[in-house]
Amino acid sequence: MSQINPATLADARPALDSAVSVRNVSKNYGDVQALKNLSLEFPRGELTSLLGPSGCGKTTLLKIIAGLLPQSAGQIEVDGKTVTGPGPDRAFVFQDFALLPWANVLRNVAFGLELRGVAKSEREAIAEKYIREVGLAGFEKKFPHQLSGGMRQRVGLARALSVDAQVLLLDEPFSAVDEQTRRKFQEDLLALVANEKKTFIFVTHSIEEAVYVSDQIAILLPRPSRVSEIIRPTSFRGKGVDNIRRDPEYLDIVDEIWASLRSYVE
Amino acid sequence: MMLFGRKLPAMSSLLVWAALWEVVGRMDLTFFVPPISAVFVTLFGLIQTTPFQNALGTTAYAFFLGVGFAIVIGIPVGILMGKTRFLDELLLPWVNIFISAPLTALVPVLMVLFGFGTKTIVITTTLFAIWIIILNARAGVMQINRSMVEMGRSFGASPLDAFFKIYLWAALPEILGGVRIGIIRAVKGVIIGQLLVSIVGFGALFELYSSNFLMKEFWAVLIVLFGLAFTISEFLGYLERKVSFYASAR
Ligand SMILES: Nc1ncnc2c1ncn2[C@@H]1O[C@H](COP(=O)(O)OP(=O)(O)OP(=O)(O)O)[C@@H](O)[C@H]1O
Ligand SMILES: [Mg+2]
Repeated sequence: MSQINPATLADARPALDSAVSVRNVSKNYGDVQALKNLSLEFPRGELTSLLGPSGCGKTTLLKIIAGLLPQSAGQIEVDGKTVTGPGPDRAFVFQDFALLPWANVLRNVAFGLELRGVAKSEREAIAEKYIREVGLAGFEKKFPHQLSGGMRQRVGLARALSVDAQVLLLDEPFSAVDEQTRRKFQEDLLALVANEKKTFIFVTHSIEEAVYVSDQIAILLPRPSRVSEIIRPTSFRGKGVDNIRRDPEYLDIVDEIWASLRSYVE
Repeated sequence: MMLFGRKLPAMSSLLVWAALWEVVGRMDLTFFVPPISAVFVTLFGLIQTTPFQNALGTTAYAFFLGVGFAIVIGIPVGILMGKTRFLDELLLPWVNIFISAPLTALVPVLMVLFGFGTKTIVITTTLFAIWIIILNARAGVMQINRSMVEMGRSFGASPLDAFFKIYLWAALPEILGGVRIGIIRAVKGVIIGQLLVSIVGFGALFELYSSNFLMKEFWAVLIVLFGLAFTISEFLGYLERKVSFYASAR
């Protein structure tokens, strides 16, 4: 297990290729300071989790990276380009799915492409592919209200994958699905990260989930909001999905994160 | 309605009231209530006459034009009010004043401005219908989920796309509700307009029948109007139910 102090991150890993760089970002909502001078690097092709107690600014940071919220200070770079708003290099997966209830699965998955002006036959072919990929083949003509929560989130995921953005932003995507579905999702997510070669930024409340799916975990603490620790699990990644939860390093990291977070939980 | 444990078809209770009307009519208590059977006989004769068909024609014309304006102006204005704070603050007081104002009192002013013809009636109809359409469209967009709006933005929706592909549909259940109430109000508007102008359409017929105490004709026209208004309202209710499947899931 390697642990890096964020201050020395740049020196410790000079060759790190970042897909997303967050530099000295602050965000104020009126007189509430949600983020203060926060810096964080997101390595390309990896999954980074943002983990922290409620209200520490995870959603705020994710939306600033998405370009949905303006920061009060600092800057975000995606692939070396400064973020000024939403862009085709990033796609968002919403906690509450944000599907069009009047459109079927096929149109929902193709909707991101539809908004980008891709021709109908082309975008539907792409959508079909990702519908299969997330395991929803056969449900193309169903409407969101006919699907379970887990299936709806697969639609949201397929929609984000269809636009072929380099960076996927997921805000607690599995919090509205049941525990068994969630575990299946986590396994599928690992496969996606391996196959899609995209950069995933993943917000979660669950320590176990973060340790299970992440290449890198950034622990955010509130008052003032900052990155307190960056953890990179090393040894259990290659051992197969079934063995991760039994791995001593996995268990150690979970315990350690809990130790540093417990004082923030009322 | 249930009778002896059986479900009767919708609105069969109307038959009871019709029977009561028939009895009262046959008792010859007042010239004001002729038997309903006689009214219906008159009705079938009446709807074949040219004056009636002309009246129906001008009324339908004014009605659809008035409702058309109310919808085409009301929905976008409502949506824009729901989306832009500035417009909302500018217009909302006026909408609230007009929605509760006794618009009938305005008709004489409109007559002075626009003459004693169809133009005044169309404008009256629009004025009756538009405010509730605006308010409902506004309420419809204001309840749109924040993440739905962010979804559009994050996938790069142009303002036009966001309007036609997201906001309009997401607010559709409320919008249709507003249109339904607006249309019911428009029926009032078109008839009140005609009555006050009183030389156009059904207004002229009513004037003719009531001043000559032709009660059968009077009731026949009234039944036709009630029937039409009710049918339109039911049809819109049906459309509303068709979109309600997603109203709760937004
Ligand atoms: N629109 C807003 N207006 C004012 N304050 C806000 C707004 N959004 C968030 N905040 C505040 O900013 C802080 C960070 O909020 P944020 O939603 O980013 O937290 P979070 O880490 O995502 O929390 P959770 O785990 O509960 O989702 C909180 O104190 C919150 O009250
Ligand atoms: Mg959050």
